[in-house]
Amino acid sequence: MKKFKNTLSWLIPAMVIGFATGARFSGFTPGAELFNNLWQYLKTLLLLLPPVFIIIGLFEVWIPRKYIEKHFGESHGISAWIWLMLLASTIVGGLYVSLPLAYSLYQKGIRLRLVYGFLGFSTICRIPMTFFEASFLGLKFTIIRYIVAIPLIILSSMLIENINRN
Amino acid sequence: MRFLYPIAIVLVIISAFADRKKTQQSLKLAWKKFFSILPGFLTMISLLAVITLIFPLEKTGELLTAHANWLGLLIALSIGSAIFVPGFIAYPLSAVLLENGVPYYIIAGFTTSLMLVGFASLPIEIAYFGKKTAIIRNVCGFFLSLLISIVIGFLYGEF
Repeated sequence: MKKFKNTLSWLIPAMVIGFATGARFSGFTPGAELFNNLWQYLKTLLLLLPPVFIIIGLFEVWIPRKYIEKHFGESHGISAWIWLMLLASTIVGGLYVSLPLAYSLYQKGIRLRLVYGFLGFSTICRIPMTFFEASFLGLKFTIIRYIVAIPLIILSSMLIENINRN
Repeated sequence: MRFLYPIAIVLVIISAFADRKKTQQSLKLAWKKFFSILPGFLTMISLLAVITLIFPLEKTGELLTAHANWLGLLIALSIGSAIFVPGFIAYPLSAVLLENGVPYYIIAGFTTSLMLVGFASLPIEIAYFGKKTAIIRNVCGFFLSLLISIVIGFLYGEF
């Protein structure tokens, strides 16, 4: 993982948070709204992330690299895609949850295209999201989306892996 | 999303019974990993807060209702890529938009790019996987959303 350059990486959040907080207490309306938005997103993150990272920590310590490499490494089978799809379907939140998880998988020796497959699946196969979608937009909509998206996710993961190797 | 807490707690307890030292090690690792990506998360919420200020959800809905054509699809894909809306808000909103005459293919472009493309989470993605791959994955996600919405449009007879 590329380390964030210490001061610079804190700069944007510090500026926005500082501005929003200042505006909030000086009564500048858009600033107060900004502060409100920030607070909502921060709450969501702080509620969701602790258990996610605890599970990631346990995963990294307990799951042997050999096992992962054997089933999800260079010579993985089709079942690897299916297992990752099942894992991805349980993701909650969004990319910001699946990204740290995907990186842990990657460090354990999962093949790159499976990492990208997992990321893709985590955006299109999430179980709670699917239920919402089917009940509000109709089952037909959801089925079409799945049938179109899954092969495309697999294809684009392979493409991204190839680009990465050259 | 609260259900993750009981799962994490049960796993930690099982792990502690099996091996105290490993459990300590894993909790330390969890904290280290969380802290090292924290600037990325803070940048993400800062970007999201600013984007949400510029494009509130109601405004997005109005824009999509006003442009029920190819331009609308482009708007749907772009705004969907930039903002972050959880499913339990995005889908009810989409159902309302459908009732207001927004075609299915625009809804598909909006909800799919919402999930697949993450402009605000780019700093996190770049930190983990590098600039090149992060950008390629998001561009792929954008075109994938476009393709899905075209197929939806055809199968719903909207073209």
